[in-house]
Order: sequence, then structure tokens, then C-alpha cells
Amino acid sequence: MLKRNLPLAIVFTTALLLVAAFFIPHRPFGDLESRFLNWYAIVAGFTYLLGIDSLARHHILRVTRRAPGWPFSLLLVLALFGTLGLGVYSWFKFQSPFALRAPFMWLYTYMIIPLQATMFATLAFFIVSAAYRAFRVRNFSATLLLLAACLVMFGNVPLGGEVWRAVASAMHKVIPSIDPAALGALEIPAVVKDWLMKVGQTAAVRGIGIGLSLGGIAMSLRIVLGIERTYLSS
Amino acid sequence: MKFWDTLSGLDRRILYLLLALAVALPLILKPHVAIRTSEPVRRAFNAVESLPEGSVVMISIDYDPSSAPEVQPMLVAILRHCFRRNLKVILTGQLALGLPLGEIALNQVAPEMNKTYGVDYVNIGYRPGYTAMMVGIGREIRDYFQTDYRGVPLDSFEFMRAVHNYRDIGLLVSLAHGGVADAWIIYVGGRFGQRIVVGCTGVNAPNLYQFYSSGQLAGLIGGLQGASEYETLIDRPGSATLGMPAQSVAHGLIILLLCIGNLGFLISRRRKKN
Amino acid sequence: MLLNLIGTWVAATLTIAILSFLYKENPLYRVAEHLYVGISAGFAIIYVWSFDVYPMLIQAFQRHLAEGNRAEAWILLIPAGLGLMMLLRSIPKLAWISRWPMSFTIGIGAGLGLVATVQGYLLPQVTDTLRPLVTVNNAVLYVGVISTLLYFYFSREHRGALGAVSRVGIIFIMVAFGANFGYTVMARISLLIGRFYFLLHDWLHVIR
Repeated sequence: MLKRNLPLAIVFTTALLLVAAFFIPHRPFGDLESRFLNWYAIVAGFTYLLGIDSLARHHILRVTRRAPGWPFSLLLVLALFGTLGLGVYSWFKFQSPFALRAPFMWLYTYMIIPLQATMFATLAFFIVSAAYRAFRVRNFSATLLLLAACLVMFGNVPLGGEVWRAVASAMHKVIPSIDPAALGALEIPAVVKDWLMKVGQTAAVRGIGIGLSLGGIAMSLRIVLGIERTYLSS
Repeated sequence: MKFWDTLSGLDRRILYLLLALAVALPLILKPHVAIRTSEPVRRAFNAVESLPEGSVVMISIDYDPSSAPEVQPMLVAILRHCFRRNLKVILTGQLALGLPLGEIALNQVAPEMNKTYGVDYVNIGYRPGYTAMMVGIGREIRDYFQTDYRGVPLDSFEFMRAVHNYRDIGLLVSLAHGGVADAWIIYVGGRFGQRIVVGCTGVNAPNLYQFYSSGQLAGLIGGLQGASEYETLIDRPGSATLGMPAQSVAHGLIILLLCIGNLGFLISRRRKKN
Repeated sequence: MLLNLIGTWVAATLTIAILSFLYKENPLYRVAEHLYVGISAGFAIIYVWSFDVYPMLIQAFQRHLAEGNRAEAWILLIPAGLGLMMLLRSIPKLAWISRWPMSFTIGIGAGLGLVATVQGYLLPQVTDTLRPLVTVNNAVLYVGVISTLLYFYFSREHRGALGAVSRVGIIFIMVAFGANFGYTVMARISLLIGRFYFLLHDWLHVIR
């Protein structure tokens, strides 16, 4: 009862209350909605701590068992507790760990930013390598994909405009009646890219989005009505 | 024909070196490039420009250091624009690791525009569980944020006394990576009719065009190009404009590599057929 | 100033450590990787305290008591209790208790999402698609949305009329994926530009 039926009842009641509050924003629904949303924020914060607990336990275990690579795990654990210590110190010294002069912010500016930013910056290299080696026009679909990608990459940067103006100048040399300034001002690569983004790809993204949202509504209903219970597994 | 096979199997470290040079050299040489402004960015600019003096703009920092090179220039440019128009700014955030970036930008821009904390702008901080908070502050901001991020009561700031919910906010600017911008549009734009401008990474921009097309967004600033366009519109080139030559050369390199790779593939395939 | 200088060198070292992975995996990279995870985890705990537990529980409790609102103060024990129950997930024998706060958050999410998805996404997007077919753009948008939706209808075999429309759908999907790829490339290059700018400007002062 407590392990299965009560959670199902909680899901049903809270979801129903929120839907009712949308249509009846007055008391008691509006007040209850506001209170429940407030509680949600509080509980969501504790959820973050779950992952950290699991991470810390895993690495502390690796250190105590001297598993392969344990010095790195020790570094991780020391970094975790060091950051905690610095945060607590900054809290007491500056009334907020996020005061710009606080040591905690030094850690953020000179360690978190470069580490996180560089992690994602390396993806640029991998994307270039993968595109060069694997992106092949084996069939019509792949050709279309490559063409769209190139048109967007070309039109998205000033290079597209520079090349187009050079083309306009070259065309003027071949056909003198063509005004290179007027033709260059058309910025065809950028216009094509704008059209592709606003119409061409929007159509497909919207179609996919509509499908996803219908699926999401169906799944939400299944969860609320207790048909979908996978979230109950511990 | 061995040439094409060799070219197709080029060591990936040579490709990395080529990319590194394509990015580094333009940064050092700083060639001038013309920035063309697009309609979505112009509309974002106009959304801020059209606000009456003294209007409140809420800027939500929904990105973190992994997207900072693209989105931080947008934040700096928008802050400059808001302060130039004497708009009041409320800074908040939905990503824990991103909020300090907002504080860094405020501390860069506010002194140069002679703006004072508490009079012209306030940082109200962050709360977990963003969808609930987005809907919750539609009723009353103080249900979630009684104080600013330093613990000072919101009502001690004069301009905040009149700000209770989205009805008192002229424009919401979400600077995002990931699905947070979608959440602002769906939960806040849909339910409360809040006017929203989104500045996003290049990865998210294609997905957000559908909202721009349907009128759910007042403007859209996508990627480093979008940031450089906004800097051009406020006539204050910054790091985004500085990065566009490198972006151009890198794109040119990638398109060239794609062409070379596929040319080799087509030649090899034709050879095998023959 | 000295702290900033030390910080710049620390940041540059960590940047190069991560970039060294491009050559091959090495101990310097692993040091940086583990530092990143450890510091981020510590950061998250401080965040939860500073922006969640302290202002929304402790400060709120004190404020309600100061205002004479004892009921409101003690009601805060409910979300505090739910939060602590969530942490019981780590103890196998008591993990089942975490289902209650989990159900609460899922109920909130489902309830909010049900209405918001229809009001905030479905209706506006469908409305915008149903434009008068008097311009090429409107017609292309209409055809694209319908054909994409039909492509993902797998309850019937894609033959005949459905097959033809699905093939049109694939064209639009490929264009969307290509556009996505183009923008993703732009995004990743931008991140690289940011790091190189830091190394060349802030660290080596090659860029003035």
C-alpha cells in the first residue's frame, strides 16, 4: 500500500490539482498550486545531492580498495571536499560564496570555466575529423544533408558575403551591364540560409516537435493514470 | 589514384593542426569582415529598443561555461543596450553553474555605463526545478525570491517594489543552451503571454526557429554570428565580432575538407565500378 | 593582481591539459578530468545550500516565525521531509521511501506539462502551420510539416500515397538535419575560438 498505491495516489492528486489550478486559479487551487510549486523547488535541490552521493561513494571506494587509477579518484575526492571547504569559508567571510572577491569565485573563474569550456571546445576537432572521414554522399539523402549543411555553414559567416561579392565582381567583368554593388548587396548565400532556417528546416522540426509533444502528452497521461509505473523501480 | 586514398586516410592530427591554424591565425591577424544583420536579430534588438525608459527586463542566464564563448557576448551586448536605454534589469538563472557568468558580465558592464546595483539592476539568484519556478513567479516573484542572491530583501530596492510577476516585466530575455529556452516559451510565453527574446547557442538555434516563425518569440539571436550581429546593431564590437574572421576561415576549411573527402570518395567509387 | 596572474596560468595549464587529449590520452588529461568532476560536484552542494536549502527553508522558516505565522513555518517541514526522504534512495533498505518525493515531483511535472504542452506548443505551432496557401513559403511549410508527420507514422507500410508523401518528408528531414549539422559545427568552432582567444590574449598576450 505504502510502497505502490500511495506513490500512485500522490502522482494522480498532484497532477490533477495542477491541471485544475490552470482552469480555476482562485482559492484553494491557486494557493495550493503556488505552495506545491514552491515545494517542488525545494525537493528538486535535494535531488541534485543524490548524484553527488553516488559519485563520492564510488570514488572513495576506489581509493580504499586501491583500484587501478585510484590516485585520480583521490584527486577527485580531495577536489570535492576542497571545493566544499572553500565554499563554506567564502560563505562566512563574504556572506555569499559568489561574491566576486571570494576564493570560491576564483575557483569558478580559473578552474571551472577553463575545464568545462575546453572539454566542449575539443568537440570542434572531433567534428572536423568525423566530417572529413565519414560524411560521404552515398545516396540522395546524404547528398541533401551535405548540401544543406554547406549552405548553412557558408551563409552563416561573413565568408559567404565576401565570396558572393567576389562572384558579383567577376560577373561584372564578364557581363559589364551587371552592377556588382547591387548584385553583391543581394547577399544570396545569407538569404538562402535564412530561407532554409525559417522555412525549410522549420517545417521538419515542427513536424517532429508536434509528434514528440503528442507522445509527451500521451506519456504524461499514462503516468498520471498509473498505467506507466517505471519510475517506481528503486 | 593513390593520392586520393592517401588524402582520404589523412591522420586526424593533421586535421586538428589545420583547424587550430584556421582559428588562431585570424585571431592574431584580425582581418576586418562585414557583419550582415539578419531579421531575427534585428527584431530582438527592436524588442529592447522599443521598451519605454524605466521598463523592467528580466534576463535569465540559462547557460554555463561550456557555451560561454557563444552566449556571453550576447549577454554583454544586451546589458549594454538595456543600460543605454535606462531599462531596469533583473538577472536570474536556471543553470547552477551559469549564474556567476551573469555576475561577471554585470561587473564588467555596469561600471562602464555608470549603473548602480539595486538602483538599475538586481541579481535575484537561482532556484532549482526551473519549470515550477517559471510558473510560480507568474503569480508572485516573492514566492520564490524573497531576497536577492546576497540575502538583501527585494523590497529594499526601489524599482523592485513595483515588480510582482510577469505583468510588471516588459521583456524576458533567455540566454540559453539546452531546453530551458523552450520551457520559457512553452510555460511562460504560452500561459502568461510574456514577450520573450532568446539568445542561444548554435546547437539550439535550428530548433528555436519554429517558435520565431510562429510569433512566440519576439526575436532570436543564434550563435556567435547572432552575437556579432547584435554587437553591430548596438555599434559596440566585442568578442563575438572579433571571433567572426576565425569562424569564417574555419567554416571555409571544413567545407573544403568535406569537398575533398567526398571527391576522393566519388573517384574511388567510380574506379571500383570500372 | 598576483592571484589573477596565478589563476591565468592555472587556467592555461588546465586548458592545455584537456587539449592534450587530442594527441592521445595521458595522465595530465586524466588529472584535469577528475579535477573538473570533483570541483563541479562540490560546487553543486554549495549551490543547493545557498540557493535552495538556506533561503527557501531556513530563512523562510525564520521569516514566518518572526511574522508570527507559526503554521506557515511548521508546514515547511513537509518539503524538508520530502527532500530528506529523497536522499534515502542511497540506502537500499529504505530506498522505497524515496518513491513518495519522486512521485510528488513527477506529478508536478506531468500536471504542468500536460497543459503547457497543449497551450504553449501544440496549439501555436499547428495554428501557425495552417496559413493561407497563397505564398510559396506557406505552401512549403504546410507540405513539410504534413509530410514529416506522415513519415513518422509507422502503423502502415510506406507504400502508395503514404510512401510518396513519406519520401517528401525525408527530403525535409534531411534538410533539417543538414541545417542542424551546419549550426552545430558553428557552435563547436565558436567554443574553440573562445579557448584560443583566452590562450592567445589573456595568457600569452599575443593578441592585443
